[in-house]
Amino acid sequence: MSAITLSRLTKVYPGGVRALDALDLSIADGEFFALLGPSGCGKTTLLRTIAGLEVATGGTVEIGERDVTNLQPGVRDVAMVFQDYALFPHMTVQDNIAYPLRIKKVDRSTRQDKAAGTAAELGLSALLDRRPAQLSGGQQQRVALARAMACRPQVFLLDEPLSNLDARLRLEARTFLKRLQSELGVTCVFVTHDQAEALALADRIAVMDGGRIRQVGTPVDVFRRPANTFVAGFIGSTPMNLLDAEVTGDEVTVAGVRLAVPEAARPLVSDGDQVVYGVRPEYLDLHAEAVGGALVGQVVVVENLGSSSLVSLDLPGSDSSAGASCQVVVPEGREPSLGATGWVLPREGRSLLYRDGELLGTSQPAPVAGVPG
Amino acid sequence: MTVSWRGALAQIGRYTFVSVVLGFFALPLLWLATAPFDRTPTITTSLPEFTLDNFRALLDNPYAVRSLWNSIVLAGGTAALVVTFAALAAYALSRVRIPGRDALLYGLLLLSSIVTGTATMVPLFELAFRLNLIDSQLGVILILSGGLLPAAIFILKDFMDSTPTSYEESARVFGASPLQIVRHIVLPVVRPGLATVAVWAVAGVWGNFLVPFLLLRSPDKAPAAVIMYTLYTEGGQANLALLSTFSLLYSLPVVLLFVFVSSRYGFRFHGGIKR
Repeated sequence: MSAITLSRLTKVYPGGVRALDALDLSIADGEFFALLGPSGCGKTTLLRTIAGLEVATGGTVEIGERDVTNLQPGVRDVAMVFQDYALFPHMTVQDNIAYPLRIKKVDRSTRQDKAAGTAAELGLSALLDRRPAQLSGGQQQRVALARAMACRPQVFLLDEPLSNLDARLRLEARTFLKRLQSELGVTCVFVTHDQAEALALADRIAVMDGGRIRQVGTPVDVFRRPANTFVAGFIGSTPMNLLDAEVTGDEVTVAGVRLAVPEAARPLVSDGDQVVYGVRPEYLDLHAEAVGGALVGQVVVVENLGSSSLVSLDLPGSDSSAGASCQVVVPEGREPSLGATGWVLPREGRSLLYRDGELLGTSQPAPVAGVPG
Repeated sequence: MTVSWRGALAQIGRYTFVSVVLGFFALPLLWLATAPFDRTPTITTSLPEFTLDNFRALLDNPYAVRSLWNSIVLAGGTAALVVTFAALAAYALSRVRIPGRDALLYGLLLLSSIVTGTATMVPLFELAFRLNLIDSQLGVILILSGGLLPAAIFILKDFMDSTPTSYEESARVFGASPLQIVRHIVLPVVRPGLATVAVWAVAGVWGNFLVPFLLLRSPDKAPAAVIMYTLYTEGGQANLALLSTFSLLYSLPVVLLFVFVSSRYGFRFHGGIKR
């Protein structure tokens, strides 16, 4: 078993920077887990603390039901792939892959055989005698993965595994990585600042900000029901529309239009509440003629996304608030012309209400066992 | 027409100047190459009357060959000390944050130019005398090492700083001990830097005259740079035959060392870091 349990984990750097703030998190055995957040949110510190490269100021780290908080990295049975891969420049590919076995005092011929075997699994057989400088970025990454695999660790830790690859290679490596992880069935934690990467790869995602976890959930959870406005703004290739609104009975007034209060939030709001109405651009439909229950605005920008377009509309302000803007994704061939009036209709069950930055009502499926909070 | 005349004159002037400068530097080297093989070497360069007698005469000199060996001992000992301690100090200074680290380094560097300089020869002599290190090769090695260390630490720290810590952290996660990290990763990666410092230390000791001249009393312990000073004829004139031959033998080891180090270790760096 190689689940990871963090409780009240705190890391304060000399100088008083609180990188991790009493953080609780459980990562299940065999899970592909993403730590996602903007730079400086503490995600890399968290990964390094799990690896043992940073010493926790408080709290505990358990790997496979063993408390490793005060153990050296070498005895934690983890392997880490660094952002820059850190392949030893003076060793061949084979020696690099065999290095963890050399530390474990495996004799030379056995470890060279094992290294060659691991290399073959990752399609590196032709490159065994090369040095890292003679490899492409994608090949270097595979060597780094092979080296991590060679010692058969309980846990894989990957620091920004795809950030050093160019855009095309990144897609290829992403698929490769996901496949490799599911074949090995090993617990794998990776750090990324790219929400698309986290959504594509991970079984579950922890969204971090300021040393705290803002939401833990499956990609579907965090995409459809972000727990707060921070996550809502961070996840998704186009950020969620967050519009100021006021509750009146069963309805909310958004930019002068009355819309139904989302079902999950209905028992939690009362008349006069100031809330934020959130809906993703992908969950809005744009109509050229007037429809009931739709926001009305003027088309100001149309951005082509390939198979779809992102349309920005200016919504009129009411007496109390300035005008807001709203973005809609429209399928190809349905682009409105600039300056036209558009009616934006939220899809059933896709809009959310936030009060004080937190989501109202949790109708999401019961959290996966072992997830705190 | 005038323009091309002027151009031609300028061209002639430039080449003449370059030739004079080249000749100025080449002549002494040419003398070093011919004089040892000349039956009657003079201060000028001429086509030699070929002979190997000068080498035979040199071998008969009781101190000449021994002094070359002494030079090797002093240079080798100093280089070994300097490389070992500079590498350890530079690694520590590069990886550990201590307040006042940079001030310490600059201070050492500044002082080191004084330590082996002429100015401190009297107190150094006094110190060596009290420590019973007069007429001891160890004393010379220690004093020369002390003088070279700060600059060596400075050079090596730069090498260590440019080596990413992720190499070491990677090895640490695999369970390597600090000693293994240094042996397997750090030393091989900074080897070009170690080789540079070693060559620089050897060259520095090889050419040093003052320190061994003052600290070593018995001629059978003196290095080549000091023995060179004693090669006179009975009449008190410089013995050009012996001097030129000895100079040639004296300069060869350093040249060979440079060639060996640059071909063996080279000054290359295989990147394993994706930038």
